[in-house]
Amino acid sequence: MKQLMLGNEAIARGAWEAGVRVSSAYPGTPSTEINENIANYKEIYSEWAPNEKVAVEVALGAAVSGARSMACMKHVGLNVAADPFFTATYTGVNAGMVVIVADDPGMHSSQNEQDTRLLARASHAPCLDPSNSQECKDFMKLAYEISEEYDTPVIVRLTTRIAHARTLVEVGERVLPELKEYKKDIKKYVSMPANMIGRHKVVEARELRLGEDANTLSVNRIEWADRKVGVVTSGAAYNYVKEAMPNASVLKLGLAYPMPRKLIEEFAAGVETLYVIEDMEPFYEDTIKAWGIPCSGKDKTGVQGELFMHKIEEKFMDAEPVGPMNTTDIPNRPPVLCPGCPHRGLYYVLGKLKLTVCSDIGCYTLGALPPLSGVDTCVCMGASIGMAHGMEKARGAEQAKRTVAVLGDSTFCHSGMTGLLNMAYNRSVGTVIIADNSITGMTGHQNNPANGKDIHGDPTTALDIVKLCEAMGVASVRIVDPFDLKETEKVIKEEVARDGLSVVISRRPCALIIKQTNKPVVNDPDKCVGCGMCLKVGCPAIIKTETGVRIDPTQCVGCGMCTQLCHFGALKAAE
Amino acid sequence: MFNIVIVGVGGQGTLLASKILGVLAMNNGYDVRVSEVHGMSQRGGSVVTYVRISNDQPIYSSIVEQGQADVVLAFENLEAVRALPYMKKEGTMIINTQEILPMPVITGAAQYPANCLERTRDAVKTVELNAVEIAHECGTYKAANVVLMGVLAKSLPFSEEEWKKAITACVKPKFLDVNLMAFDRGYNY
Repeated sequence: MKQLMLGNEAIARGAWEAGVRVSSAYPGTPSTEINENIANYKEIYSEWAPNEKVAVEVALGAAVSGARSMACMKHVGLNVAADPFFTATYTGVNAGMVVIVADDPGMHSSQNEQDTRLLARASHAPCLDPSNSQECKDFMKLAYEISEEYDTPVIVRLTTRIAHARTLVEVGERVLPELKEYKKDIKKYVSMPANMIGRHKVVEARELRLGEDANTLSVNRIEWADRKVGVVTSGAAYNYVKEAMPNASVLKLGLAYPMPRKLIEEFAAGVETLYVIEDMEPFYEDTIKAWGIPCSGKDKTGVQGELFMHKIEEKFMDAEPVGPMNTTDIPNRPPVLCPGCPHRGLYYVLGKLKLTVCSDIGCYTLGALPPLSGVDTCVCMGASIGMAHGMEKARGAEQAKRTVAVLGDSTFCHSGMTGLLNMAYNRSVGTVIIADNSITGMTGHQNNPANGKDIHGDPTTALDIVKLCEAMGVASVRIVDPFDLKETEKVIKEEVARDGLSVVISRRPCALIIKQTNKPVVNDPDKCVGCGMCLKVGCPAIIKTETGVRIDPTQCVGCGMCTQLCHFGALKAAE
Repeated sequence: MFNIVIVGVGGQGTLLASKILGVLAMNNGYDVRVSEVHGMSQRGGSVVTYVRISNDQPIYSSIVEQGQADVVLAFENLEAVRALPYMKKEGTMIINTQEILPMPVITGAAQYPANCLERTRDAVKTVELNAVEIAHECGTYKAANVVLMGVLAKSLPFSEEEWKKAITACVKPKFLDVNLMAFDRGYNY
């Protein structure tokens, strides 16, 4: 029986069918729905970890102890998890372990375009690259077989168009392998130099063996057609190649790393011109060239952005160039903070105080967009704190009085705590603002260690952020409601002026997780003088008109924050 | 092969529309690809969903590209204009005639074009309706997407009964009656 499944849903199904027992993840677009779907399978233990490093360590522990396990993350999550992962390939796994990593070519919802295949090679981990949901499911089973046969963690690499596409999937049943025996093995699992020298040799031999076996692996296949042009491709790029170049011969690599040298040599010998068409980096192309096989591809497509069918037709088939997918002469529609968003009040105050804001990854990054334009820096999870501290140490304590770090509750749990400890330890007098909206917002509302609910929504221990900060030695910890603009301004002013480290917790739940009044704010046009104060907060419900403003009743959720900004009494909360 | 593009503003319910279409095509033995948008642009930004169905040739790509769309379902007037490059010359644009102002317009940095519907009409065949109002009359403005499904139904080779089966499979039982009514209103528009 076929089902229409999101790539991420099919990954979860594949894990369930393969008998996975433990899954740990941190949400991140485009990977989030994998673990959300895993959580629906009662036979699998699943959890949200505070970050990807912990998730990989949990999966490794489970695998070493004898259970099939997995960890899921977006591409930049593997950077966070690189430390355990790069040594897990040395220790090996016992039972199968798979790490699913979702890349985001075109940066739909990410800060960079990082190619996970490069990290697979750098860490000596095999890497599978599916092209549709059926392959997502099937490759999971194969990934566990490879993991156990070659005793290594395996990466299944997705891209946005695979993770977030629904295609038909033939499903199967769950086959649960027995727990493998756990045996203490110091030489294998204790990563001291003397042990790992030996293990590195094992890694090298294993990689050579898998590279050889890859020549006959079922997921690496040649689709012979016209021999004038041959294309080596994989993943989403394969789909575009099949539509743009229906007559070309194709070598589809299901296993992106290690690459099957003999199969590629055979394919190259069978075609007149060899192209390599791949998303992101010239990963296959560089290796094929290094083997002395003439080919080209990246010189035509470049590394930035997604490949599409038309792009391939234009670059490789001499088709007429086509225009952009969107009409470009009309106003664009950037994402915005939602109506009723608590971050809006915080950013309004920070802008008013003209502070330098080192911000972070989350919905509140949207505070960088006009009219708030309230963010100076945003780099990666947790960087707000480290960068604000760096500015203080470079320019002195006076800089700290003009600077704040801003990050969310989930981001603080992910990578903020160590940065804050560094500030306390190294005598910072800076100010960190934790925008605590009780949820992981941008990725679609996942619970986290600070909100007291687990992945299933069941109650669990909640991190006490105040006590944590106090225990670290933060001199002052205060809580404000960001919708109380006066109080928020007063507290932030006092805390940035303080000659000691301070944390301000800006606390109000995400507008999408609490019940709103949904009674639109009332605008009295007779009182409105058109000063534009209320427009400074960038609320999608407040619309500029020729004489002043009007409230869009379909957008306004009735939060009433804007009424504090109007000095003329024109904006009033609904009765 | 039939290509549909669904465009709108994050939060308008475009994902349910693509899900209904996907289930409908699958139930009728078609191959299906649906490409969705999650993450940042869902926060009030432009969103685009692609649906490709076929019972005659294989589908590989889940993306509908320039000049490939048989139908564009536009949930908003400005997004209808933005999506024009997707249209086949002989294609149809079904438009929910609603205006949602983007932030550059709200702040006064840009103007909302006055002629969105004319511009669309000049380029392709259009069906224009206030689906939000019709849905509101059925019981909830949230069913606007299903009103549009009803209009679309006349362009696709599936029976009314099959459409209703797909809708039943995709919406919560609590909201089924409202949605079936919304579908009828669109179907008979």
